Amino acid sequence: MIHSLFLINSSGDIFLEKHWKSVVSRSVCDYFFEAQERATEAENVPPVIPTPHHYLLSVYRHKIFFVAVIQTEVPPLFVIEFLHRVVDTFQDYFGVCSEPVIKDNVVVVYEVLEEMLDNGFPLATESNILKELIKPPTILRTVVNTITGSTNVGDQLPTGQLSVVPWRRTGVKYTNNEAYFDVIEEIDAIIDKSGSTITAEIQGVIDACVKLTGMPDLTLSFMNPRLLDDVSFHPCVRFKRWESERILSFIPPDGNFRLLSYHVSAQNLVAIPVYVKHNISFRDSSSLGRFEITVGPKQTMGKTIEGVTVTSQMPKGVLNMSLTPSQGTHTFDPVTKMLSWDVGKINPQKPPNLKGTMSLQAGASKPDENPTINLQFKIQQLAISGLKVNRLDMYGEKYKPFKGIKYMTKAGKFQVRT
Amino acid sequence: MLDTNKDSLKLEAMKRIVAMIARGKNASDLFPAVVKNVACKNIEVKKLVYVYLVRYAEEQQDLALLSISTFQRGLKDPNQLIRASALRVLSSIRVPIIVPIMMLAIKEAASDMSPYVRKTAAHAIPKLYSLDSDQKDQLIEVIEKLLADKTTLVAGSVVMAFEEVCPERIDLIHKNYRKLCNLLIDVEEWGQVVIISMLTRYARTQFLSPTQNESLLEENAEKAFYGSEEDEAKGAGSEETAAAALPARKPYIMDPDHRLLLRNTKPLLQSRSAAVVMAVAQLYFHLAPKAEVGVIAKALVRLLRSHSEVQYVVLQNVATMSIKRRGMFEPYLKSFYIRSTDPTQIKILKLEVLTNLANETNIPTVLREFQTYIRSMDKDFVAATIQAIGRCATNIGRVRDTCLNGLVQLLSNRDELVVAESVVVIKKLLQMQPAQHGEIIKHLAKLTDNIQVPMARASILWLIGEYCEHVPRIAPDVLRKMAKSFTAEEDIVKLQVINLAAKLYLTNSKQTKLLTQYVLSLAKYDQNYDIRDRARFTRQLIVPSEQGGALSRHAKKLFLAPKPAPVLESSFKDRDHFQLGSLSHLLNAKATGYQELPDWPEEAPDPSVRNVEVPEWTKCSNREKRKEKEKPFYSDSEGESGPTESADSDPESESESDSKSSSESGSGESSSESDNEDQDEDEEKGRGSESEQSEEDGKRKTKKKKVPEGKGEASSSDEDSDSSSSTSESEMTSESEEEQLEPASWRRKTPPSSKRAPATKEISLLDLEDFTPPSVQPVSPPAIVSTSLAADLEGLTLTDSTLVPSLLSPVSCVGRQELLHRVAGEGLVVDYTFSRQPFSGDPHMVSVHIHFSNSSDTPIKGLHVGTPKLPAGISIQEFPEIESLAPGESATAVMGINFCDSTQAANFQLCTQTRQFYVSIQPPVGELMAPVFMSENEFKKEQGKLMGMNEITEKLMLPDTCRSDHIVVQKVTATANLGRVPCGTSDEYRFAGRTLTSGSLVLLTLDARPAGAAQLTVNSEKMVIGTMLVKDVIQALTQ
Repeated sequence: MIHSLFLINSSGDIFLEKHWKSVVSRSVCDYFFEAQERATEAENVPPVIPTPHHYLLSVYRHKIFFVAVIQTEVPPLFVIEFLHRVVDTFQDYFGVCSEPVIKDNVVVVYEVLEEMLDNGFPLATESNILKELIKPPTILRTVVNTITGSTNVGDQLPTGQLSVVPWRRTGVKYTNNEAYFDVIEEIDAIIDKSGSTITAEIQGVIDACVKLTGMPDLTLSFMNPRLLDDVSFHPCVRFKRWESERILSFIPPDGNFRLLSYHVSAQNLVAIPVYVKHNISFRDSSSLGRFEITVGPKQTMGKTIEGVTVTSQMPKGVLNMSLTPSQGTHTFDPVTKMLSWDVGKINPQKPPNLKGTMSLQAGASKPDENPTINLQFKIQQLAISGLKVNRLDMYGEKYKPFKGIKYMTKAGKFQVRT
Repeated sequence: MLDTNKDSLKLEAMKRIVAMIARGKNASDLFPAVVKNVACKNIEVKKLVYVYLVRYAEEQQDLALLSISTFQRGLKDPNQLIRASALRVLSSIRVPIIVPIMMLAIKEAASDMSPYVRKTAAHAIPKLYSLDSDQKDQLIEVIEKLLADKTTLVAGSVVMAFEEVCPERIDLIHKNYRKLCNLLIDVEEWGQVVIISMLTRYARTQFLSPTQNESLLEENAEKAFYGSEEDEAKGAGSEETAAAALPARKPYIMDPDHRLLLRNTKPLLQSRSAAVVMAVAQLYFHLAPKAEVGVIAKALVRLLRSHSEVQYVVLQNVATMSIKRRGMFEPYLKSFYIRSTDPTQIKILKLEVLTNLANETNIPTVLREFQTYIRSMDKDFVAATIQAIGRCATNIGRVRDTCLNGLVQLLSNRDELVVAESVVVIKKLLQMQPAQHGEIIKHLAKLTDNIQVPMARASILWLIGEYCEHVPRIAPDVLRKMAKSFTAEEDIVKLQVINLAAKLYLTNSKQTKLLTQYVLSLAKYDQNYDIRDRARFTRQLIVPSEQGGALSRHAKKLFLAPKPAPVLESSFKDRDHFQLGSLSHLLNAKATGYQELPDWPEEAPDPSVRNVEVPEWTKCSNREKRKEKEKPFYSDSEGESGPTESADSDPESESESDSKSSSESGSGESSSESDNEDQDEDEEKGRGSESEQSEEDGKRKTKKKKVPEGKGEASSSDEDSDSSSSTSESEMTSESEEEQLEPASWRRKTPPSSKRAPATKEISLLDLEDFTPPSVQPVSPPAIVSTSLAADLEGLTLTDSTLVPSLLSPVSCVGRQELLHRVAGEGLVVDYTFSRQPFSGDPHMVSVHIHFSNSSDTPIKGLHVGTPKLPAGISIQEFPEIESLAPGESATAVMGINFCDSTQAANFQLCTQTRQFYVSIQPPVGELMAPVFMSENEFKKEQGKLMGMNEITEKLMLPDTCRSDHIVVQKVTATANLGRVPCGTSDEYRFAGRTLTSGSLVLLTLDARPAGAAQLTVNSEKMVIGTMLVKDVIQALTQ
């Protein structure tokens, strides 16, 4: 299936290669570079590039291209999904996934990749198992290793791979037993010029951090499970229970994992927590344009909106902007024409405002399109869909775990057309 | 460093070497030094050596052989993980010389105890195959063996090997098909993807197309839906039955195996892995009947939230699907709206989908969306949007004019690209209805001065040429201008200039003759040979000359033939002949190793190839186990069903007692039989139960087998209720309690069903003592009922009779009490019995059967209940008036009386047309309750709550005649309407019931000691009832 993997940085250097079958020459990447050049922007590189003998499937994450080389028919999503899993694993292992980090840990990376695929077919992709096989490097361990000469490779054998719950490692022990669940909802919306909602939907995830001793069996129930329209589960969730009782019943993996992601049914109207007032105008004759944005709260259920950032890609004709914000800081990059305004918290009494002028290229005609405004924000302690966790129970172990649930609403792809 | 003895140094060295490999530098010189360390004790060094070895063994084959013995030793290690890893590395070394060793190792590992090693063996198969394809036959044997493996760990890997080595050997799958379907959900996600796509191909060769006959589909889908209630009992047998029971009455019937596949893959749409979701989606798209394909839309839309690469692939597939099945994605139209931050390739795909989804109803919204897109900064995207508008306009006639106007407005756009694209699209649109759009053509003609994009210019010229009749004045002028700039034009424009000239020459030769000549001569000396050719060709055609006369006469026809409008269609139109989700589909070209998705067969191949002999089949053994498990459970139930039975019918009747004893001895069936009070039923019953007794064991087995088999299938049919309840009786122990507690609810559910049909069916069921399950199934498939369903059906049979009182035949007369004597009633004789059936109107009422018979000479008319005088709390539900009772005839009616948990008599008037009789019904205490089914533990718990005052204990001596189990039970239940509670010890009898009105528990315990001594305990909140009950029961037992 997957023949080889090349890691390519944004400047076009292959800084890591791994082959699972016979070696494929680096020169195969030339086709990729060609496509990259044609695409101008990194995200526009087609994920699948056919070459005379091979097919190159790539994903672009953390400014690195992960290019898989395959030779025969494979479902492309299979490969893409796997590559994303590789990136996730790296992130899990090293905290961040970047070129220097991978270069520093090249041996661990190599060992991990070796375990993940056998002859191009995925073997162990659960990070719990991998960590049992190859321990992730920590500062402490590196120090200890250099002194004692012990290794990163797990000395016990990976029994987890054989168990019925392959996602959980065995013999977990904690002194503090805790289980945290974060219900995070993102609002994807497109808001029209006039402020009316064109499309809005809520996508949510429940991320869990479970540190429990032994083999706990958890059940999580919701006050209003009907809200969840379309769900996808971590493999640990028992599907039958969900079907019949709408209860999440599972033996959790150890550590961080995504328990569930869901979509709130489209029938429910989505409460849009912010409004954006904008007045952006270019005039044909003059080389100045007016620019004004105000962001204010709307339907927030009494919670404050935090971490608000406004970004907007200005048209090419804009040379510079002179703006004054009522709060926060703003920057405008004259090269990329990207305006960003870090607002911070919104005070409902005094909605933040950014006002000023744009200087346009002299002589150029006015741009056809007003820029789209992208919005980021966060609301703590609120799940905008109204989803509520009812209770969390644990079976199978005797101790009493510490349980915590956090709600958060974020802006996903939140755009305002102007 | 590798030569030192210190592990840490070796490790350091290996790490550097691996880092070199990672950067793509050649480290093969170090091969000998590294290979020496293959036997190193340090695990990490060892692992790194393996990495090195696998990378370079191909290049240094001889030296690599040195390491083989280490692995061979590893293969014999007692630890499964070491065995597996040895095999893994051994098979990864691509050295042809060791092929025999590998083959041997794989064969051995394939029969290893540990599934993990077997999995590794499966992985090794394609490795060996790629090394030496001559081993194919032997490898297929191994694959065949591994395919039969029952563990989820192996399944994914072996199917992968199958796909790589012998995808054409579909016959290997037959026997494992059902197993794979059932295991699917537990296989790891990578394996799921491979298995699903393999099964898609398999299904395409083995089943008939579900879409060939849509109308009949609904029914089938329905049935299958019920089938999904069962969890696991889906054995091979049931499928056979179903297949046999559904003969070719209908033109299309979905193969149950086909259905199984669809059902088992559906939950996987919820997988977190995009690849699995896509695999299921394509399976549904290719295999499911139209009505069911819709379920995948939601999941696919969900994937659109994922990484952009995933979006890209999914959108490609959605685009293909949306052409075929537009309705599927229509509700999700808004999910495909484009955001300015999407990468261009995603935008274009989304646009494609939006265009495909556009229809009469949603076109206004779609076009409004498109309008915003046109103003986007991303010009490629704008161009694509214009194309999309054009396609919408062609597809939906209603908006054509709107679109055209919009596009014409775009012509004044400042961006050249936009204008050019619009021109091209307008040209295509105009071709459809040129006559009305002379204005637009004129407008376009004016634009030739400004537009520089060659494609657009060419399009305008073509348009003018084609429709020069509509713009007779402008056309020559345009040609003049073009002739002027001819040399500077692009090739494509030049060709169109020649074209235009030729057309004008033919229609308007007066004005343009010279111009045409000029253009043609210019073209003659053009650099491009295409243009020169064209010029020469045109000249010959249009300019009359001596030789070419024949052709030039037809020149007009040649040039100005009406041309069909181009069809603007999606580039995804015919992509669905590739398997969706495949690489080939994405590229729209066959990738190496792509397995063509076969067409549906005309005739379904024999489905029996998938049948598996019972012992091979895991689920079957489950079933066996279940049977074992159920036996004790079953015998518990008999006691419980006993009372119900005696409540239903008269215990003293001969046939009844027969069936009763049989029920004691083990078959729970009789209770439901006794529900039928038909006379001849009774006979049948007698026969049936006798035979049952004799056949007892064998029959029980066959019946047991039947129960799990057809589960759920027959529950759909109401007529079946009788047979189904009889088969399912054994299942209804735990739930039956519930049934008794909420009689009203289930009574309401019961549809009135004809009584005759079920009766006959039941007979057939009973008479065929040792039938073979599949063949003798009644027309409707066998009854398989989940326990709760069983309760429902039980209720159904019970209430049949109450709902259709006129059909009731008199219950045998011993339990009857006289209500009205012949003399007092002047020829009218009225008796009553307590039917012990829940009363249909009100659960608190005791249902009383009243039997009228006319022994006078004249008909009695207008029998009804007159104004009752009732003590407080007691109420009566009257029976419907009996219009007329001829002499010698008799009739039965049911009435309900709420005695309010007291034994006070209910007094009422019985009226005929002429007379009124004062009558009263006084219930025995035992009739004021209804049985409750509970477990022993529950019983004890409840009993614990009802101690002290609420407990009444009495000692008694059992006479010799009533020491046997069933007589005791019979006597108690005859006295009081109680349900038996299963009991651990043999000489203890427990019964439970609830009073009808207040619903308080009545618990009765009879502790029989040796030699006839016994102790009777009654626990009840209602002390009066308790005391009376004790008295009655003792009387019954000691008589």
